Amino acid sequence: MADTAVHAAHDVGHGAHVTSTGLSNNKLAMWLFLGSECLLFGGLISTYMLYRGRVANGPHPNQIYDIPFTSVSSFVLLMSSLTMVLAVSAAQRRNDQQTNLWLTVTALLGATFVGGQVYEFTAFYREGLGFTTSLFSSSFYTLTGFHGVHVTVGVIMLLVTRSIIQKNRVTRPNRWKLSVSTGTSSMWSGSSFSPSSTSSPPDVGGTLNEHGNGN
Amino acid sequence: MATATEHAEHTEHEQHGLTDGGYIKVAVVLAVITALEVSTYYVDFGPFFMPSLMIMMVAKFIIVVSYFMHLKFDNKLFSFMFYAGLVLALGCYFAALATFQFFS
Repeated sequence: MADTAVHAAHDVGHGAHVTSTGLSNNKLAMWLFLGSECLLFGGLISTYMLYRGRVANGPHPNQIYDIPFTSVSSFVLLMSSLTMVLAVSAAQRRNDQQTNLWLTVTALLGATFVGGQVYEFTAFYREGLGFTTSLFSSSFYTLTGFHGVHVTVGVIMLLVTRSIIQKNRVTRPNRWKLSVSTGTSSMWSGSSFSPSSTSSPPDVGGTLNEHGNGN
Repeated sequence: MATATEHAEHTEHEQHGLTDGGYIKVAVVLAVITALEVSTYYVDFGPFFMPSLMIMMVAKFIIVVSYFMHLKFDNKLFSFMFYAGLVLALGCYFAALATFQFFS
């Protein structure tokens, strides 16, 4: 209870409107949104799991996935979670220069991931895996495409946030309220963790392992 | 002097969560887990393949959500909002997958 009171005082103390919960409504809405994202990606992942073996035409998952490339992409996105949280930490210290630096690095890492995904999609398409080639390809592109869009929106949000800070359009007491400390940060870290954070999702229960122990 | 003290208290008040060094240590742990996940592709884990992947996935999820998404340091209501959605989603999709005989 005391913990709740302290946090409530903390949230309200940074310029948020007084609310019935004592917590920032913006922050609460962001966490509700992230909870609903679990439902969205849960549906997409479940569909992918159901359809991953449904290949009437075109290549199978184990014929096209490039695990080393995917691992590097996944690592890049994981590191962007670190740079994002470092940006939040710098914002908490009210260090604009470091905040902008880490936001830029995070956006670059996110853009690198999206670029890798575009490259991978192009390579898959050239190998005969179109969106409507098979149930597997449709569920694969839908799942990873949705994630790519999330990351892209995140990159735009980061750049806008960076621009706002750089142009000094936010008064200092309101800095804390900037999405960098709650929304963007949470969305970014959540997005970077998503089970589809690799361009090619892990073949859970599937047939990917080269030693044949995937099944 | 009073202003400096107030500023220091304010800064300390806002600085919740880990230090930058702490976040880097968390990232190293996540990188190691990721490397272990990737190694399951190259090394034969036998019957431990799937359980080990699932355990590592859950561990990464909890670490990211707790530290990088600040849930560990924030109000419990936020945790409830997020985990309620997660549990609801898992329940829905386990039921849906079972309906399609995914586990049989």
